Amino acid sequence: MEDQNKLLHEVTGRDYRFGFVTDIETDTIVKGLNEQVVRIISAKKDEPEWMLEFRLKSYRRWLTMKMPDWAQLKIPEINYQDIIFYAAPKEQAKYESLNEVDPELLRTFEKLGIPLEEQKMLSGVAVDAVIDSVSVKTTFKETLAERGIIFCSFSEAVKHHPDLIQQYLGMAVPYNDNYFAALNSAVFSDGSFVYIPKGTRCPMELSTYFRINAQNTGQFERTLIIADDDSYVSYLEGCTAPMRDENQLHAAVVEIIALDRAEVKYSTVQNWYPGDKNGKGGIFNFVTKRGICKGISSKILWNQVETGSAITWKYPSCILIGDNSIAEFNSVALTNNYQQADTGTKMIHIGKNTKSSIVSKGISAGHSSNSYRGLVRVAPKAENSRNYSQCDSLLLGDTCGAHTFPYIEVANSSSVIEHEATTSKIGEDQIFYCNQRGISTEDAIGMIVNGYAREVINKLPMEFAVEAQKLLQISLEGSVG
Amino acid sequence: MNMLKITDLYAKVEGKDILKGINLTVNQGEIHAIMGPNGSGKSTLANVLVGNTNFEVTHGTVTFNGKDLLAMSADVRAKEGLFLSFQYPVEIPGVSMVNFLKTAVNEHRKYRNQPPLSAGDFLKLMREKKAMVHLDSQLTNRSVNEGFSGGEKKKNEIFQMAMLEPTLAILDETDSGLDIDALRIVSNGVNLLKTPNNATILITHYQRLLDYIVPDFVHVLYEGRIVKSAGKELALELEEKGYDWIKKELGE
Repeated sequence: MEDQNKLLHEVTGRDYRFGFVTDIETDTIVKGLNEQVVRIISAKKDEPEWMLEFRLKSYRRWLTMKMPDWAQLKIPEINYQDIIFYAAPKEQAKYESLNEVDPELLRTFEKLGIPLEEQKMLSGVAVDAVIDSVSVKTTFKETLAERGIIFCSFSEAVKHHPDLIQQYLGMAVPYNDNYFAALNSAVFSDGSFVYIPKGTRCPMELSTYFRINAQNTGQFERTLIIADDDSYVSYLEGCTAPMRDENQLHAAVVEIIALDRAEVKYSTVQNWYPGDKNGKGGIFNFVTKRGICKGISSKILWNQVETGSAITWKYPSCILIGDNSIAEFNSVALTNNYQQADTGTKMIHIGKNTKSSIVSKGISAGHSSNSYRGLVRVAPKAENSRNYSQCDSLLLGDTCGAHTFPYIEVANSSSVIEHEATTSKIGEDQIFYCNQRGISTEDAIGMIVNGYAREVINKLPMEFAVEAQKLLQISLEGSVG
Repeated sequence: MNMLKITDLYAKVEGKDILKGINLTVNQGEIHAIMGPNGSGKSTLANVLVGNTNFEVTHGTVTFNGKDLLAMSADVRAKEGLFLSFQYPVEIPGVSMVNFLKTAVNEHRKYRNQPPLSAGDFLKLMREKKAMVHLDSQLTNRSVNEGFSGGEKKKNEIFQMAMLEPTLAILDETDSGLDIDALRIVSNGVNLLKTPNNATILITHYQRLLDYIVPDFVHVLYEGRIVKSAGKELALELEEKGYDWIKKELGE
């Protein structure tokens, strides 16, 4: 038993593989946050007056708010005056071909295993690569434009599609929703904007790679996805961040609006730098993600594989307003070493015959703490609504923790809510069985963990599923090439 | 050179001494049966040999094809050609049999500096070996041992043995829980896998298995020691008279 634990600690105590820093000149503004900084950010992005007003309103509200303290997390104090709130790569020109792109940047992508060229040719994925805060390259735009699909950086959308932004910005996540959402609303740098027109099925997976790069730079992404009537889109978000000693703050906001019979699938593989073996450094990931099933029979799916960040505070949620609308949350959250995660979802049933399902798989190793926190709320008029929740926790070793905090509030008697929860330890008899067939302990743990998470991984788009499987294994071993 | 040579082996589990001086030699082409009353240390011996870390070796040596077996980790022992058919095969949810075995086979090949099998060759090999133990085709699409009946689990163990082609196979009460048809199928599988170059250790309570797989030697394990060794006729004698006469012989 002791040997087994020692072994588990050995294989789960390896280093992060994606630690490197890209040398790109960045255009940054001075540290700290005040109204002037908010104005500078807006001015640098050449924003219209209404956008600046939104930022200022958010900033003033943020000043009156307190950081949430209800999560099962120990968050060190954050000095907002020590953070740079805007950084953009200096070369702002738009490129026609990859030859014009800073070679250093391309090398970064190569190290991450996502060469743009290959992505373009092989996978059919349109990649909107975000390095630091400004979109550098957008591909496949023309193919999408032919169908009337808008896929661009948030800043571009503010310039070219102000009506859509003004109509939908803050609809799912209001500027005053919570501390981190208010902060994001005040200083958001850039992000992605997607609009799928009526009756259109987006012909490819839309994908954005986020990356924190410049030192001491807070990263405040803002993403807005609108799926008009009878449309469909699958959106992928994936992250790997370079190794850092100082903690970096990441407070993103993602909003999804699904109109009548529209379907949005949002998949994330999150691998921000988690800090070193001793819990030094790592990203603080405080994200607000929410979708509204606004139209009848609309559908929103959140799929996530979370392996990174020192601290994760994240609850991708759905508000089911349209009658017969459907929402799903499928999550694998893995924590190792001294990582802390408090993650889950909220499913708010308002419309009739609405259905939601939650599958959460937590994996804890090392000295980490992994919590599921979920709310299922059924409003008085949400007749015949249904929810199914399944929350499983898997423990590796005896020094980590797993917690489950399910909240259920039902105000309608015709609704059906089911909740199942399990906690298990990775079986040393399972590992030994693999060993006896010639499979090393490292590979055995990877295999068993992937088996445990398979239900969720199977929901991911193919190319992402492969990446996610590797990531789970790497996050536990750190040695597989 | 002896394939397996166990010399004065002592081992304990959870602080309790179980093996108290085992001596046993197994050569190529031999089949050894180890019998003995409950709690005599039969399964402990099997687990110690394949490197289960819950069992602690306190004294003695074991060589396997001339190498120090006790110095190797469990997965290396497997790749050196040692196989255990488990008494209670464990379920691994979410891991398909195909994926599991493909990994295992290719790890063995890597150890021997052979390239991994192509998907096509692997599936062909699997079909061939499945037929040998009459394993239901659908079972390999399921998760490892998940939802398998007792008999299916045992057949699955022999199927894995067929896939990995060990030099020394230890069958730990593979016959328990099998009906007579399944026993015949499993035994046939074991006999088909027998070559002049490999060897088998059968751990069993019952003579009936030895009607199908005929041993060259029968050993009686009692209180952590091999107290009697003879030819296959010893099994019949045990079946008839039980273990009491051996205890008497030992002066107890």
